[in-house]
Amino acid sequence: MALSNSDLRKRRSYLDAAGSSSLRSTLIKILILGLVNAVAVFFGFIFFLQQNWGFLIGLILLVLVVNFVYFHPRLVPAKYLVPGLILLVFFQLYVVVFSGYIAFTNYGSAHNGSREDAITAIKQSAYIPLEAGPYYYLSLARDGNGDLTFLMAETETGKTYAGSNQRPLTEVSLEVDEFGNPIASGEFTAVSPEESNTIQEEIIGLRVPVPDKPQNFIATSDALTAQMFEYDLVFDEAAQTFTRNSDGVVFAPAQDGFFRSTTTDERLPTGWRVEVGLKNFETIFLDETLRPPLLKIITWTFIFSIGSVVSTFILGLALALLMNDSRIKGQKLYRGLIILPYAFPVFLSAYVWRGLFDTDNGFINMGLLGGAEVPWLETETLARIAVLIVNLWLGFPYMFLISTGALQAIPGELIESAKIDGASVWQQFSLVKLPLLLVSLAPLLIASFAFNFNNFTLIYLLTGGGPSSGDARLLVDPGGTDILITFVYKIAFASSDGRDYGLASAFSILIFVLIGTLSWLSFRRTKALEEINA
Amino acid sequence: MSSVVMNQNKKSAWRRFKDVGWKHLVAWFAIGVAIFPILYILSASFVEDGGIGEAALFSSFTLANYVELFQDPSRPFGLWYWNTVYISMITAIVSVFISATAAFAFSRLRFNGRRAGLMALLLIQMFPSILGLVAVYGILATLGKTIPILGLNSHWGLILAYLGGALGAGTYLIYGFFNTIPKELDEAAKIDGATHSQIYFGIILRLSGPILAVMVLLNFIGTSSDFILASIALNDAEKLTLATGLRAFVSDPYSKDWSLFGAGAILAALPIVILFLFLQKYIVSGLTGGAVKG
Repeated sequence: MALSNSDLRKRRSYLDAAGSSSLRSTLIKILILGLVNAVAVFFGFIFFLQQNWGFLIGLILLVLVVNFVYFHPRLVPAKYLVPGLILLVFFQLYVVVFSGYIAFTNYGSAHNGSREDAITAIKQSAYIPLEAGPYYYLSLARDGNGDLTFLMAETETGKTYAGSNQRPLTEVSLEVDEFGNPIASGEFTAVSPEESNTIQEEIIGLRVPVPDKPQNFIATSDALTAQMFEYDLVFDEAAQTFTRNSDGVVFAPAQDGFFRSTTTDERLPTGWRVEVGLKNFETIFLDETLRPPLLKIITWTFIFSIGSVVSTFILGLALALLMNDSRIKGQKLYRGLIILPYAFPVFLSAYVWRGLFDTDNGFINMGLLGGAEVPWLETETLARIAVLIVNLWLGFPYMFLISTGALQAIPGELIESAKIDGASVWQQFSLVKLPLLLVSLAPLLIASFAFNFNNFTLIYLLTGGGPSSGDARLLVDPGGTDILITFVYKIAFASSDGRDYGLASAFSILIFVLIGTLSWLSFRRTKALEEINA
Repeated sequence: MSSVVMNQNKKSAWRRFKDVGWKHLVAWFAIGVAIFPILYILSASFVEDGGIGEAALFSSFTLANYVELFQDPSRPFGLWYWNTVYISMITAIVSVFISATAAFAFSRLRFNGRRAGLMALLLIQMFPSILGLVAVYGILATLGKTIPILGLNSHWGLILAYLGGALGAGTYLIYGFFNTIPKELDEAAKIDGATHSQIYFGIILRLSGPILAVMVLLNFIGTSSDFILASIALNDAEKLTLATGLRAFVSDPYSKDWSLFGAGAILAALPIVILFLFLQKYIVSGLTGGAVKG
């Protein structure tokens, strides 16, 4: 049959844009895009006001791409992929790239921001009280804007002042009470004792700047008196160095992102983020202090993940073989009950088992072992056994499910012919069923290994990586049941002042390469790829 | 029962035990192991004094814990429940929709990079989210400085972070379902002049409605059980989800309250367990889809 030109065009145009859209769908499209653009303009305006140019440029690019794709008459695949891709770019690609970048920096709580941020923080970090005064009697008040304000009467001269974070010390005329503390009047309203109890941190943290003396500020430690302080570290803009007034030590910026003393070993606590090249990877592979605990953790990670896969698979498969018998009455009920642990949310199971294993009050010691005091989660070996038991409980229903599925997929004729050839039950299993099962389940077993390799939730919630090793040489305590991923989490998030995102990211990259390679190898063996290639 | 039948039963009793009976015994033992921790926490939720030192299960019974759970303003269990439900529901619906949309492109349209895209999806699925934790934390912190509602300690920031993994989570599975819908259907619609969006919304989405609903529920189960992302994203007691909030009952050694935790755990787990058992066959087919076929 001959096709006219216009027919052909119609056909081709389907794959790209298809025929004529209905009025309704066009309207809906315009409405949704209009909404998206309106929201974008709103945020764009906020970014503009905050002078956040990076975000603004990103937003403009995003809006351009979205409008271009959806108003373009063709580009049909893009119309369906763009929503997911945008999220993917920000939360997966960016995450991978960002993790990759910070692995080569010293980003962490000691190196949190830029050098400017560090300088500001350092300036305010060290100060000494001026012994010679002046000292003030203090009352707390709020000014017309509602800001917490110090009302002060100088002890020597009796002059009265007001000051807050925003308001440098200014002289105001105020009455004082019989103790010498100023009485709030005019624009100021006194802060009640009850209120001051609830805002103690704000009171202690308030620093009143002193006009013409940028090195000085007034603060209080008891909310009744205030005194003048002097910042101890002075920054020299021209030389880019800090000088400590009290002893004259000079701190200069060093390669590693710290201000280091030019004469002693000392450094200032706050640093800034710098690129450190391969240093984090050198730490992982070469650091002598880190190596023994790291090797121990890696060994345990493999024992844990392989042990979990093997134990859950054996138990799950055994149960599946047993239950795969149509003569068993109530088969369905049995199956439903057996998979309950898999249905129970893991975060709850982990807590429940923590309670069960409790040394003093846990049901395992009290109920099952008749009052024994086995320190389940308190010694390394027992804690490891406990973790493996819990993971066996958590994991065998999954293996039971997939083994049952795979068993039912084995053609009955194969088993029949094996029987006819005189194979024993064991031979039927080991020579026919098991090889077939392993072929179909191998990718899932590898996936299960990869999952357990990074089974953060279980370890973190059950033992928190503990028991503690007591090894104080590292910033992070390498616990007895810590697997690699919980150890990395500790490096990144555990303490508030020892966080090392750079080192944690370097670890993350190595784990990803390992797991990615494994997954890649297993995917190559699965049907999935054949389907794509078809 | 007549004596003749009794006699026959006796004769074959041992034989029947050898055939099937022992399997019942083993099955009941396995079930005992499987449900004993769950029975334990159920029993703990009925204990009055809040300790875990009960040597026998179900030795006392009170519903006081279930009532008390909703009365402590510093540990607002009711709020946690609601937070978990709506965060997980929004995440589940939006992410399945996004995945389905992308899956439609992979299943029905032909474009450059289609195969590479599918491969990439398979690999992304394997990327453990915890490895990107530092970066996700950084993104939320930065976003929050400009748009507080999308930052740390905000539900919408957390939802955004969950949606970030949407494409990896279900696209490949849905792509498989879409491939089973006969292409002749959309060919026919095409000839009648249907646009691609009419085919997607009118045919593909409608025909796969039930399976997409199942995907939403599975995604809901997964999201509501998440601990990791929620624990870095949320701080305030009234913002927490069940997974992060219930920790308060068991982590602090001085205020441990196992009875309250038990009651909370039972209430938290109940809908998830029911959903799970209800969706069992889809979970199995979804998990083994590619594997058992070959």
